Amino acid sequence: MNAGSTVLHGRPLVGGAAAGELLVASAPLSFWGGYDYATGEITDRRHPLSGQIAAGRILALPYTIGSSTTTAVLLEAVRAGTAPAAILTASADAFLALAAIVADVLYAKPLPVVAIGAEAFAALRDGQWAELTPGGDVFLTPGDSGRN
Amino acid sequence: MRAGLGARVVVPATTNVSGVDEAGWRAWPVPPEWAEMAQRQMAAYLALGCSPTFTCAPYQSAPRPHFGQQIAWGESNAIAFANSVLGARTERYPDLLDICAAITGRVPLVGLHLTENRAASLVLRLDGVPLALQAADEFYPVLGYVTGRLAGERVPAIDGLAVVPTEDQLKALCAAAASSGAVALCHVVGVTPEASTLDAACQGRVPPELHVLDMAVLRRAAAALTTADTGALDLVALGCPHFSLAEFRQLAPLLAGRKRSPRTRFLVTTGRSVAEWAEQEGLLAPLRAFGGELTLDTCILTTPMLPSDVRCLMTNSAKYAYYAPGMLNTTVTYGSLSDCVRSAVAGAVVRDGSLWEGE
Repeated sequence: MNAGSTVLHGRPLVGGAAAGELLVASAPLSFWGGYDYATGEITDRRHPLSGQIAAGRILALPYTIGSSTTTAVLLEAVRAGTAPAAILTASADAFLALAAIVADVLYAKPLPVVAIGAEAFAALRDGQWAELTPGGDVFLTPGDSGRN
Repeated sequence: MRAGLGARVVVPATTNVSGVDEAGWRAWPVPPEWAEMAQRQMAAYLALGCSPTFTCAPYQSAPRPHFGQQIAWGESNAIAFANSVLGARTERYPDLLDICAAITGRVPLVGLHLTENRAASLVLRLDGVPLALQAADEFYPVLGYVTGRLAGERVPAIDGLAVVPTEDQLKALCAAAASSGAVALCHVVGVTPEASTLDAACQGRVPPELHVLDMAVLRRAAAALTTADTGALDLVALGCPHFSLAEFRQLAPLLAGRKRSPRTRFLVTTGRSVAEWAEQEGLLAPLRAFGGELTLDTCILTTPMLPSDVRCLMTNSAKYAYYAPGMLNTTVTYGSLSDCVRSAVAGAVVRDGSLWEGE
């Protein structure tokens, strides 16, 4: 971790290591009807991130709204390899955590989900580089500096 | 069929929509492999001992949970209806966890199962909304949409309604709020069993946040449900959540003696039980004579069934309107039930927005 990074101490709902570019959602999302598991695209046409690809990125999402099938859609995205690399949330979101737990059991593909609280969430910026530790620490570096 | 470990549900368990209309799917371009997998899933739930309700609105056809009863429901609209209208107590249960609760008969003692978490934490106050609009079905999907947007994951209380909404109006409100927000309980003051007064909804505390819902706010919300409202119309879709018997009774006289335009399909989605009752009452004959179609046990969001040439869709449901653009790649127009019928006859969108004018 380089010297310019900020460290957040999150609560790992599902722990795991991951690294990637942050994609920050200012509004909550329903994965059912809002996330295409074939492509990893955010497809809620009323959502600020409509059209963005979240696959492989660290998706920062305040919490989920809408359908109970959000869990199944995220689970299918994990299986298809189109899920985010990890998810940071403001609230402890059971829908996301359950998908991550079942993905690990069914497909041995862990998806870290870390709750960081509303205040830390509000300070996240699109394009920051994030590295997550299994214990729930999140190291953030601005823009390009963390990338190869 | 695949419930191979022999698990059984230990409490009465209803089933949400299936993935396919077993008898009717061939009328639409549903991929046969999808239909086969969906039928396997239905059989698996039945093998676990679930009842074959196959509806997103189990409160319309299955025995209802009673006030204060601890239940575990999935399906966002049904969760909101159970908490807000029936006064039963359920958290928002996602897919997979719901069936675990049915098999174990246990849920964590958290969230909306506990009295203290059921207090409203924000108040939405209607102001200057004409009585004629409050009495109209087309008001409640819009009210629900704005409620979900403002409430997010909190418990809202809607204050200032001057009419007692019908059950279908409350269904529409709950479905919309649970689509645009994470609303699992919405106190409708004077209607929700725990909300005989605003003070009761808030459990005696003063909520920190108040929003005034005036006609400007409501008109903006209504406009947000529509993404295009002119031109040719490919499909009218009703029944989200699943059409009730009362809605079939309302629809039948609107269809009598009329015929849909050949270029606009007219689809009602409902569950098998309600459809059977509607048939017994003679309410499906006018639908067939109109050129309308019926899909059972599923809907256009759950089964990939629409032909790719369906580009423009009209509905009276905020939930269909909310999800259609992203899931179906269509434009959507929101309108009242009678607007939907008139548009199907005209083959193009016809809307009467007069109730939304004024103040």
